[in-house]
Amino acid sequence: MITIPYLTALTTYFSYGLLFAFGQIRDLFRKILDRLRSSNLQGYAPICLGLEDFYVRRLYLRIQDCFGRPISSAPDAWFDVVERYSNDNNKTLKRTMKISRCLNLGSYNYLGFAASDEYCTPRAIESLKKFSPSTCSTRVDGGTTVLHAELEECVANFVGKPAAIVFGMGYVTNSAILPVLIGKGGLIISDSLNHNSIVNGARGSGCHSTPSHLEEVLREQIAEGQPRTHRPWKKIIVVVEGIYSMEGELCNLPEIIAVCKKFKAYTYLDEAHSIGAVGKKGRGVCELLGVDPADVDIMMGTFTKSFGSCGGYIAGSKELIQYLKYTCPAHLYATSISPPAAQQIISSIKVILGEDGSSRGLKPMSGLSGYDLSCICSHIGAQKLARIRENSNFFRSELQKMGFEVLGDNDSPVMPIMLYNPAKIPAFSRECLKRNVAVVTVAFPATPLLLARARICISASHTKEDLIKGLEVISQVGDLVGIKYFPAEPKKQEEEGRVKLE
Amino acid sequence: MHQPTDVDMVEEMCAVESLTQDSPKDILRQCLEYFGADFQSKIAISEVNDLLESTPLISTPAPLNEFEPLITLDKEPPSILSVKGENSRACHAEIMDTVASAVMNIMNTALYWLTVAFDAPYARAVVFGVHISGHLIVEALLAVAIFFLLSRKSYKPSERSLSEKEIDELCEDWIPESLIPPLTEEMKYEPPVLESDAGPHTIINGKEVVNFASANYLGLIGHEKLLESCTAALEKYGVGSCGPRGFYGTIDVHLDCEARIAKFLGTPDSILYSYGLSTTFSAIPAFCLKGDIVVVDEGVHWGIQNGLYLSKSTIVYFKHNDMDSLQSTLEKVTLENKRAKKLRRYIVVEAVYQNSGQIAPLDVVIRLKEKYRFRVLLDESNSFGVLGGSGRGLTEYYGVPVEKIDIITAAMGHGLATEGGFCTGSARVIDHQRINSSGYVYSASLPPYLASAAITSIDVLEENPDLITKLRGNIAVLWEGLSDIPGLSAASNPQSPIVFLKLKKSTGSLKNDLQLLEDIVDQVLKEDFVFVVASKSSTVDKCRLPQGIRLFVSAAHSETDLLKASESLKRVAASVLADYN
Repeated sequence: MITIPYLTALTTYFSYGLLFAFGQIRDLFRKILDRLRSSNLQGYAPICLGLEDFYVRRLYLRIQDCFGRPISSAPDAWFDVVERYSNDNNKTLKRTMKISRCLNLGSYNYLGFAASDEYCTPRAIESLKKFSPSTCSTRVDGGTTVLHAELEECVANFVGKPAAIVFGMGYVTNSAILPVLIGKGGLIISDSLNHNSIVNGARGSGCHSTPSHLEEVLREQIAEGQPRTHRPWKKIIVVVEGIYSMEGELCNLPEIIAVCKKFKAYTYLDEAHSIGAVGKKGRGVCELLGVDPADVDIMMGTFTKSFGSCGGYIAGSKELIQYLKYTCPAHLYATSISPPAAQQIISSIKVILGEDGSSRGLKPMSGLSGYDLSCICSHIGAQKLARIRENSNFFRSELQKMGFEVLGDNDSPVMPIMLYNPAKIPAFSRECLKRNVAVVTVAFPATPLLLARARICISASHTKEDLIKGLEVISQVGDLVGIKYFPAEPKKQEEEGRVKLE
Repeated sequence: MHQPTDVDMVEEMCAVESLTQDSPKDILRQCLEYFGADFQSKIAISEVNDLLESTPLISTPAPLNEFEPLITLDKEPPSILSVKGENSRACHAEIMDTVASAVMNIMNTALYWLTVAFDAPYARAVVFGVHISGHLIVEALLAVAIFFLLSRKSYKPSERSLSEKEIDELCEDWIPESLIPPLTEEMKYEPPVLESDAGPHTIINGKEVVNFASANYLGLIGHEKLLESCTAALEKYGVGSCGPRGFYGTIDVHLDCEARIAKFLGTPDSILYSYGLSTTFSAIPAFCLKGDIVVVDEGVHWGIQNGLYLSKSTIVYFKHNDMDSLQSTLEKVTLENKRAKKLRRYIVVEAVYQNSGQIAPLDVVIRLKEKYRFRVLLDESNSFGVLGGSGRGLTEYYGVPVEKIDIITAAMGHGLATEGGFCTGSARVIDHQRINSSGYVYSASLPPYLASAAITSIDVLEENPDLITKLRGNIAVLWEGLSDIPGLSAASNPQSPIVFLKLKKSTGSLKNDLQLLEDIVDQVLKEDFVFVVASKSSTVDKCRLPQGIRLFVSAAHSETDLLKASESLKRVAASVLADYN
């Protein structure tokens, strides 16, 4: 849990109060002006009523240049950020031709497959020529090519499940699968920090989601049954994420599995951020935390992050996949995943597993951990995995030493730095960008209102120099903005309570 | 199949329904519980009784007032006693007399004092012109008692919490359903696997077949220019974008693509989604919120259905492509709901219905929309690049200015031969989605090479308007070829690129119908190498339109392909459906 310092909480509340008050005053003037002008709605109700878009109009638009910055290159370790300008106080932003080369600490490019790769890209282009960018058809009609069949087999093998089904979009995977698996009379117990797609899927299935405290919740729910009717639940699915994207935390999978087994609940593990990124062979949190994939009923993940492609998968028993292929709307109605994207996944998995047949030279990364990674790792995939781990742990520990409040667990490539005050969001983002470091800042509604943060995503394609440059800039900006909430020495107790690692 | 399909059935309805069906023991109790009232009759009755017992003597003080008991009794004994006094057993009677009179005395005294006690303090009190006597006090006391009872914590049966042991037992006893229902034969369907691209001719099991299963309307699959632009994009940007649009997932080609689409359609702006299916189910909940009214065609595809479900709006269906039904629905909705004028109101229609191949009569929709002041959301997934002289879709086809449509959505996985989807409309409509649309905000953006493919496809379309003419010609050829197909009839619009054949006579069961269609499709593929598909629907799909065989016509089909398909279908349909006609 995040505990906000008392004073910070107070100033944060004050800031939002101030923003709200000024927003209200501006709204008042707008209302008066609107009265004077004739209404152009012509009997239609406005798209947004009253306060529905207050947050957007009065808070978000002021700092919208911190979000959605366009880039004009691949999202590799360094990328080209297109500069924008505004003539109307940030209400609209226009692109310029100017670009600035920035260090990319924002993309989910964990293994560095985002840029063109000498193994993957030629194969993707080959598939493009053979299969075209799209099949223009759904998987059950004419959208299953040999590539799709190969991909499903490849993914199933990689995650360690008998079968898998793939979709063209990660978001759809969650939101279209949950309603199929569970209907009326079923309960989805969802972690309160789960991704929006799960929340939408849970809503789509007519179940209500209840947050954490798993064992307690499970006991209570089984004993109480459904609300009002008190019938027993038909089935319970517990949905957790491997790495929580906004927190950088690893889920405590072994315990969750044990509890679920005890209470006969099914487990649904969303590995959107963890598959490919953690574990000795990149097989995700199961491998990292020593859980047998057979103990997880439904394994879900996306290809947008570590594999540098698009889409998502569900892996499970042969029967489960067969059933999903028969019922899942995303399989029946959606265009199948684009063939080059499918090929990219197959190729990147081969690289991760060392099946690309080469141990092509990755620039040695001496110095960081005291030894040369390319010497101890037999192939490029293993080097990438070792490097993301080294990079993440190095970056995290350095940030902590500097006194930032960093969330998340070791080995997780996602590390949020707490900002809290709303004014610090644009300040941090803009100042970093000025110094050619692109970071992501996250605020409401992706996080609770008080817990605004910056989020760093580390990639295997970052070199040590990149990381040091990033740390220097973040430290400078941190001093400037005032977000070093801890004294600048590593704190012993922070190491406690973290997930024990192999 | 026990998979519950009606996921959006109103919870309350179900609760009441299941209660009335399965637990007839104590309906009143259940109803009270359901409505949140906690009522325990025994306690309440006894409390009321207590109250009643405490009141009768006092509640009628007026007659007692005139009674003046002691004096009357002294002068004349009551008549019953005097009758008794004339009894022969005088002695006994006298004792009885004394006892009785003593009892009467005591009772009357008590009554008198009671009256006095209640009357005395306020006997002559007049408050604001109201003469206050004892009954008002009683009423006040009653009121206090009622307030006291109301203020008591209501009785909750659930508060009798289970002991730890009981919970353990319940957990022990609980047997969940299996995660999935047992597999049946029909679930084991495996689609044909393509060994080459899904162009007009493709390879299945090593054999070249004519492909009518891909919505490659303009024949852009395998187009030289498309492949060139994709290759360049793949080399420059890699495959994925590795982030949502907000977090460095916006790549310049996305913005170029949005501008290109807007320019092509003549709208102020557009927004890209990373998947065709997610376009509608993200865009709809961004606009339609709880309480809003959405009038929608009952034949819309699942993406729209899901969007409507997620929006939690009030959804009213009208008959498939029936404008009279739409009008009466609009009329009813506007009349019934007095507040309707203040609510956001939307009509949702598809330009070419994926489930039937029908074309929405846009001119009528616009007339009605303007009459009743509804906004229109039009899904152009199967008409973009197909309808209208230059492929600008249904608006061009009907000659309706594009500004009249408030929100246009389309998947790009059909005519444009790429993936993803877009939504277009006024700047207000688009900007709103950039922050409020969950599929846009929370999902990784469209792979850049697919955005660049979309740009190229539109370029190609604009340069070659004859593609559309060719497609139209092909549709006409196929229609003519299929005009006398036995046992089946074309249910789609003659202009629609989806040719939808449904059974003339249903067997009466959906499953058998589908089996027949599957048989036709299988035979056509195996014997004549023509790849057509029967429509399949998910268990969560609520569209109840009949199943059929769907043919996606492409501009790249040659006349021989079309004739081959229609001849083959005719032959196979005649043999398979021989027994049913």
